[in-house]
Amino acid sequence: MRADQSLDCMDLYCPMPIVKTAEKIKQLKTGEILEVVGDDEGIKQDMPAWCDATGHEYLGIEDEGGEIKVYVKKTHD
Amino acid sequence: MAEKEKLTIAVLSGDLERALAAFMLAVTGASMGMQVSMFFTFWGLNIVKKNEGGVKSKGLMRKMLNMINRGGSERLKLSRFNMFGLGTWMMKRLMKDTNMPSVSEYITMARDMGVEIIACTTTCGVMGLPAKQDAFRSEITSMAGAAYFLNSARKSEVTLFI
Repeated sequence: MRADQSLDCMDLYCPMPIVKTAEKIKQLKTGEILEVVGDDEGIKQDMPAWCDATGHEYLGIEDEGGEIKVYVKKTHD
Repeated sequence: MAEKEKLTIAVLSGDLERALAAFMLAVTGASMGMQVSMFFTFWGLNIVKKNEGGVKSKGLMRKMLNMINRGGSERLKLSRFNMFGLGTWMMKRLMKDTNMPSVSEYITMARDMGVEIIACTTTCGVMGLPAKQDAFRSEITSMAGAAYFLNSARKSEVTLFI
């Protein structure tokens, strides 16, 4: 999936990928897509939950075995 | 978004794993756009007590308590498997290996994210601490009592007692 910005969360465990995502998303413009790359399985459930709470759009996941990529679209400031 | 959702956490325990859980939830809540308040009471005061020592309290009993119960985020122990410090040391080692922030780092992070950090005045007295902000880390935003906690909890979507 095409993304406007990428966030490296390899070797980070919950809740750091979420904390970093919340920080990073501020740098994006509304409508842009953020790719979060990590290896903590928890992110598969945590990112949709974070999107549900914040209102940003969860676009999906690409699990490449060891490297999990999740995509979030910024929907508001 | 409209008015922020609120998360209030009372931290009574001074156990390492409970302190970590409390801060993990606090920073996650802040990341989810929630307004977070943490209220430290009883043993929980040890988490936010100054690490450097030099905290002076009045009266013999308080002085003794203050000396035995040194506190500070770097002296917290696991509630189980402490094994005279070995278990705690191992867990801290594993935390470092997995890039997990320490309690100290979590306190700073939480404050940077706008988490309100409150120390309970009443329990300072029985824990041998002076009910003054300078007994605590600089991240403490205020000293307050039960009414402040309850009023915060009353307005919160989520309230946790750890």
